[in-house]
Amino acid sequence: MPTATASSDTDMKAVTRELRVDIIRMIEAAGSGHPGGSLSVIDLLSVLYLKTLRHRPAEPLWPDRDRVVLSKGHACPALYAVMAKTGYFSRDLLSGLRKLGSPLQGHPDRLRLPGIEVSTGSLGQGLSIALGMALAAKLDKKDFKTWCILGDGEMQEGQVWEALLAAPKFKLDNLIAIVDYNNGQIDGSVKEVMDLEPLADKLRAFNWETIVIDGHDLAAIEGAYAQAARVSGRPVAIVAKTAKGKGVSFMEHPCEWHGKAPNKDEADRAAKELC
Amino acid sequence: MPKATRQSFGDALVRIGEKDSRLVVLDADLSKSTGTGGFLKKFPERHFEFGIAEQNMIGAAAGLALCGKVPVAASFSCFLIGRLETIRVAVAYNKTNVKLAGTHAGIGIGDDGTSQMGLEDVAAMRALPGMTVLQPADDLEARQMTEWMIAHDGPVFIRLTRQVVPDVHAEGYRFQLGKADVLHEPAAAKGEAKLQATVFASGGTVGPAVDAAKSLAARGFRVRVVNAGSLMPFDLEAPARAAAESQRIVTVEDHNITGGLGSAVCEAVATSGLGCPVVRLGLESFGESASGAELYEKYGLSAEHIVEACLRNLN
Repeated sequence: MPTATASSDTDMKAVTRELRVDIIRMIEAAGSGHPGGSLSVIDLLSVLYLKTLRHRPAEPLWPDRDRVVLSKGHACPALYAVMAKTGYFSRDLLSGLRKLGSPLQGHPDRLRLPGIEVSTGSLGQGLSIALGMALAAKLDKKDFKTWCILGDGEMQEGQVWEALLAAPKFKLDNLIAIVDYNNGQIDGSVKEVMDLEPLADKLRAFNWETIVIDGHDLAAIEGAYAQAARVSGRPVAIVAKTAKGKGVSFMEHPCEWHGKAPNKDEADRAAKELC
Repeated sequence: MPKATRQSFGDALVRIGEKDSRLVVLDADLSKSTGTGGFLKKFPERHFEFGIAEQNMIGAAAGLALCGKVPVAASFSCFLIGRLETIRVAVAYNKTNVKLAGTHAGIGIGDDGTSQMGLEDVAAMRALPGMTVLQPADDLEARQMTEWMIAHDGPVFIRLTRQVVPDVHAEGYRFQLGKADVLHEPAAAKGEAKLQATVFASGGTVGPAVDAAKSLAARGFRVRVVNAGSLMPFDLEAPARAAAESQRIVTVEDHNITGGLGSAVCEAVATSGLGCPVVRLGLESFGESASGAELYEKYGLSAEHIVEACLRNLN
């Protein structure tokens, strides 16, 4: 069982604030990293790890665990923060992000950090891998779920649409894709760079049960996860509308804080806002 | 008996599937061509059709492997390595237990032409850390390699022919990873005379290499033929021995001469510190449409070309 849980919504809110500070401090210490997309996805990951997942952080290879594939691997500071919070590893490791010999690589590495299911970072690949995991569960008649978190910019990759086409064919109702729709990517807003709209309609047309939520509303997230887990016969997509840099006023911008580390002063200001 | 190695591979999958329930097979609309049709017929519940979407198939294979399955993802080798970045991350970097079966290797496929020919696949796969790269020469070796790779824990790329290839191995042959094997050994000579040449071949070019050595033997030239079925890891001893015992080394491959067998042999000879000229036969361009035999003749892979490469004045 997770070593950390949050019993009430107020507690969860406090946890997500605390994890946001971890993200900022970790990237500040590394001197590089991706704060924008980590802050947009942290609420989704927090609810997943603290409220929804069937997992045993002390036994990361437990065969019946739910699988999580962070396809948008650059947001791993958020994943590391929530994994430390739930007891996969000591929080002390967070300050080693991106440093020589650290298991906390710049993008997740499953062979260096137990609890990471898939080494990701090359965008567009995670959903196919998650699909294979869901297929294996069906073959073995196991009831674990596979959760795949995608970035919105990543949805521009053709491989994602190959996987979106395939999952309903295999009736993978044990596969849940969560799109962190923060509308930001390196070269500008997603809308300008390569618009995805109407995204939810496209996913529905691809035969995915599609749920649209506010990706920073913790209760809505928890509700969507519970709803997704009950769907039968086809895969589920959760389009989570989020904001890049969410929680830190000066980082809430589609692309300015995609891949830039805060300096000490900026990190202090961010932490102050969050506390 | 003479068979296309894709067929030998497909036959082996059916037999392995009977005893190993972990084995699953994935295709991308080419199960009628990759040799996996027999497995599909026998074990439909363990065969997955991904349609014409190779990168999704390869990624899904990685996911299946991460959950304990032993997936074989099959397609033409050129279409598999067209998804190199997916293979690099989902298979090699993640060290997933995925077996990639690349059929229709080289100009040997004939009529369909360049876009269907795997001509750079070995170069690409050899550059990936942890990848095992195999290329059987005949039916027996193809069946043994298929058995070996399913039992092996780690990513493997196996390169298979569309065309029928002759039997070159005796019944008692046992494939060993990282070992080349001698298929034609010339009669011992008096004194310390070096061999005229050692020919390294792999896959579809092994038959012509053996024919060339026999024809040279009839003319009094002593030539050894080495089959390099394990392209990665590569047998470093065999080229060193060849460099020490031969006047020249000839490599012949149905692949671009950059990054494949010829390169592997040159790397091994250079590392050995023994000086020996290496003549590389293989593609330096794309292919074209014609029969496989015509193309082997035109692009320098036929027995006659190998004979000429063993005898040509290197000065």
